[in-house]
Amino acid sequence: MKYLFQFLVILAFAFAGELLHHFIHLPIPASIYGIALLFLALEIRVVKVKDVADVSSFFIAIMPVLFLPPAVGIMESWGLISENWLAIVAVIVISTFVVMGFTGLVSQVVIRRRRKK
Amino acid sequence: MKEVLESSIYFGVLLSLASYGLGVLLRKKTGWGFMNPLLVSIILVTAFLVCTGISYDSYKRGADLISYLLTPATICLAVPLYEQFEILKKNFTAVLVGTVSGVLSSLACILLLSIVFGFDHTTFVTFLPKSITTAIGVGVCEEYGGIVSLGVVAIVITGVLGNVFSEAFLKLLKIDEPIAKGLAIGSSAHAVGTAKAFEIGPVEGAMSSLSIVVCGLLTVLLAPLFAFLL
Repeated sequence: MKYLFQFLVILAFAFAGELLHHFIHLPIPASIYGIALLFLALEIRVVKVKDVADVSSFFIAIMPVLFLPPAVGIMESWGLISENWLAIVAVIVISTFVVMGFTGLVSQVVIRRRRKK
Repeated sequence: MKEVLESSIYFGVLLSLASYGLGVLLRKKTGWGFMNPLLVSIILVTAFLVCTGISYDSYKRGADLISYLLTPATICLAVPLYEQFEILKKNFTAVLVGTVSGVLSSLACILLLSIVFGFDHTTFVTFLPKSITTAIGVGVCEEYGGIVSLGVVAIVITGVLGNVFSEAFLKLLKIDEPIAKGLAIGSSAHAVGTAKAFEIGPVEGAMSSLSIVVCGLLTVLLAPLFAFLL
């Protein structure tokens, strides 16, 4: 019953997120509303961590597999990529390192300046 | 045989789980960072479908059963966020400045590179959420009309790059504050990078996993400012 109950709680938040996504016309995915609602519920102790702990760790652990079917869809859009694959690879590689370096340097400056104070 | 596989309800899920399992096994046996189970299984499933001539649509009919769980699974990210909220409050300024600069630099960098390479709107918005966790990135990609499958692959490759090269790259830039390292890895390479951050140290890991959710949420808020510039 424990697992059924935890799954029920999580599905309830998924449904609430879906409803908000339907009625609020903002470019925010349903899952984001769900995260915000569940976080709030945990903060104000309407939901306790133990009410969702087992099923949520299971879901987080299997999450990568859930992306497999949409990712395999790349074979369908291959025509679009094949002509500028080099540019696409360049964008992915360059932006990853720019973001990593910039974030690291900025955070380090902030942390060291605060420590000096 | 092909007809049996195409009409089976279980085959799509079976193929997905088996390929992923093989990916996990390969990762364990070799210990190589670029042997990312998701990346390996994407290649295996695609190769299998191409070789057998089974169409993506018939694979997807079965495998979509797994994707159904995506939204509930994403919502579960609220639990680690709640558990790490204390760390967030303690290092509020660093986390805020780090994640905001991470998200803004990512969005600006993608915009700039898309202009340089002459991408159209569809390709541009596909890459816009590439540094954040797949669960949230897929939603952003869909909202602005990007190609979800390409978006997922870009996100995974980004994570793998971060996982494999972050340690050496951060050392090269002389970034050695544990908090700064964690924020840098989480903001640029989401969950796949975070696995590496946990190998480097517990503070790096906690900071990195915290930035996954914070950057994901910030990207949802800030992406609309960039999405219509191209």
